[in-house]
Amino acid sequence: MTALAHVPTSAGSPAPPPARRGRNRLLPYLLLLPGAAWLLVFFALPLLQLAAASLYDPAGSLSTGYAMTWAVGNYPDALQAYWPQFLRSFLYSAIALVLALLMGYPLAYAIAQKAGRWKNLLLVAVVAPMFTSFLVRTLAWKTILSDNGAVVGLLRDVHLLGPDGRLLATPIAVVLGLTYNFLPFLVLPLYASLERLDPRLLEAASDLYASPLRAFARVTLPLSMPGLIAGTLLFFIPATGDYINAELLGTPNEYMIGNVIDSAFLVRLDYPQGAALSFLLMAAILVIVFAYLRRAGTEEVL
Amino acid sequence: MRQMAQETPAGDLRLADLTRRFGVFTAVDDLSLTIPQGSFFALLGASGCGKTTTLRMIAGLETPTGGQVLLGDRDITGLRPYKRPVNTVFQSYALFPHLDIHENVAFGLRRRGIRKVGDQVERMLALVQLQGYGRRRPAQLSGGQQQRVALARALINHPQVLLLDEPLGALDLKLRRQMQLELKRIQTEVGITFVHVTHDQEEAMTMADTVAVMNAGRIEQLGAPADIYEYPATAFVANFLGQSNLLAAEAGGHAGDDVLVTAHGARFSVPAGRARLVDGPAFLGVRPEKLHLVDGPDEVPAGHQHVGGVVTDASYVGVSTQYLVRTAWGSELSVFAANSGLGGRLATGTPVTAHWDPRHAFLLPRAGGADDQTTPLLDEPPVGALP
Repeated sequence: MTALAHVPTSAGSPAPPPARRGRNRLLPYLLLLPGAAWLLVFFALPLLQLAAASLYDPAGSLSTGYAMTWAVGNYPDALQAYWPQFLRSFLYSAIALVLALLMGYPLAYAIAQKAGRWKNLLLVAVVAPMFTSFLVRTLAWKTILSDNGAVVGLLRDVHLLGPDGRLLATPIAVVLGLTYNFLPFLVLPLYASLERLDPRLLEAASDLYASPLRAFARVTLPLSMPGLIAGTLLFFIPATGDYINAELLGTPNEYMIGNVIDSAFLVRLDYPQGAALSFLLMAAILVIVFAYLRRAGTEEVL
Repeated sequence: MRQMAQETPAGDLRLADLTRRFGVFTAVDDLSLTIPQGSFFALLGASGCGKTTTLRMIAGLETPTGGQVLLGDRDITGLRPYKRPVNTVFQSYALFPHLDIHENVAFGLRRRGIRKVGDQVERMLALVQLQGYGRRRPAQLSGGQQQRVALARALINHPQVLLLDEPLGALDLKLRRQMQLELKRIQTEVGITFVHVTHDQEEAMTMADTVAVMNAGRIEQLGAPADIYEYPATAFVANFLGQSNLLAAEAGGHAGDDVLVTAHGARFSVPAGRARLVDGPAFLGVRPEKLHLVDGPDEVPAGHQHVGGVVTDASYVGVSTQYLVRTAWGSELSVFAANSGLGGRLATGTPVTAHWDPRHAFLLPRAGGADDQTTPLLDEPPVGALP
């Protein structure tokens, strides 16, 4: 060992000179500082403000001012008034999630494993719609699903729709809009984990008596789990809170909880109610996410 | 090769006219051979010679362009890989990263609907000396341990044939030697047919009962390692399996039990039993360790044949000294002198006479115009297992 004493320590166990240790220990916190400050000012403080607003006296108004009365009753009142919209939000985004999974998994798999030299082009195709605004894309769907459009015409011709049946202003339109708008958020993380899947593992599974279906269930699916979990969350959370699709493609009968919150803040100017609904939505989503992660196994995600 | 395929007891693996083309490239060219049940068979060749493609066709991972794969009397050519009683130890091991060692080894049993796998897995892990590793993940094991898991995962299914695709390629030399002995021990213990693909001639020779040397999709020679080494069939084999001094020569017919040979103006002879041809362009071959160096023609023992030259290089490699001897016509012969402690080392520039016992020489066919071949074919690294 003495003969090796002069050899500089390898990268595996660096022994920095003591003088620099203090600075090195601070470095992670310094790196954290800009983001943390941003979150504090623009997320944590407004969240507190929103929490306070949800407990204001509901009798107040924007012109007369609100009094802080710890009105916990705002919560049950809001739920009482708008539980159908709550349920609808979760129902629509759950259906949209199922549709998106049916389309997105095969799509991500094909791009990751089978696309060859078309891979980059296909990825661009998945992301490209995001280059235009969410609003514009949803308005385009309004045209696609319009009563005089080709889709409705075709469905009427094959009698899947009645002679004056329509798609626009129905739950179908809202669910389709949600599916379309959030699909890339599901596909991209899925693609990332399927892309890392070593095809030789599938050969090994096949060599070890697994039929293609079982190889999928035992190898492909478990190995794509991190992407699948991340993708479903990235899809489900914004889809549940969305209000643009119901606004543009539906009617008040299809309104989701996002529309109610939108109108509470911007139309009815009922701040306590809007704040209470926002917190209820947040809580519901957190409960669902944690239940989901517990079931799906958090090892790879958290 | 073909005469071996006459009688086949159940369980022999037979390849009949097996061909695989990738576009215009023929990876495996009309290959026929029989691998007896329970034998340790090595397919030896440089990368790109078609050995891995052959293995993948036996496993069912590659579809042959033509020909058949037969196991006993059963034609398994069209069978999907998961329906073949054949398992593979992959070059990259291909262990399932999301499963622990126990579940990796149990994978094949579970897919066949066997519920109680615990005892079998434990026994298999003991066989490859990995008891107690069942709950670890593949990433937590060393390369050698992963290799043994891959072996256990394949062996536990008691396949009729176990395919090994350069499984020792990623290990360092010492571990490789150790695993070679280990594999040989396990093969003797379980008695399953092993088909081992490798580019490492030493590995093939130490482990296999029978070696097939492949080149450009065809088998150049098949036989016991010692037989191939001592009496190669072609110039390719002579230089791929070990090293040879091949002198461009002309065979000139029989003289008693010998075949007469002329090379570079000198006359030599080779026993008829060691000559692959009697007339025409030939290579006169002698292995470097069968050449001996003396000071002059007077000291050549009776019955030995010799050529003169000058030592141009001497490299001391411990067990032996490797000399290069430049002949009068300019070729450099390799000579390995065992480092037995007798005799001193020869300095470069020393005039010497290299002699050999004609019973150690061999005569191979030569394409007209080909010159001396005295440098070894370099072992290519096993990059890109396909095709």
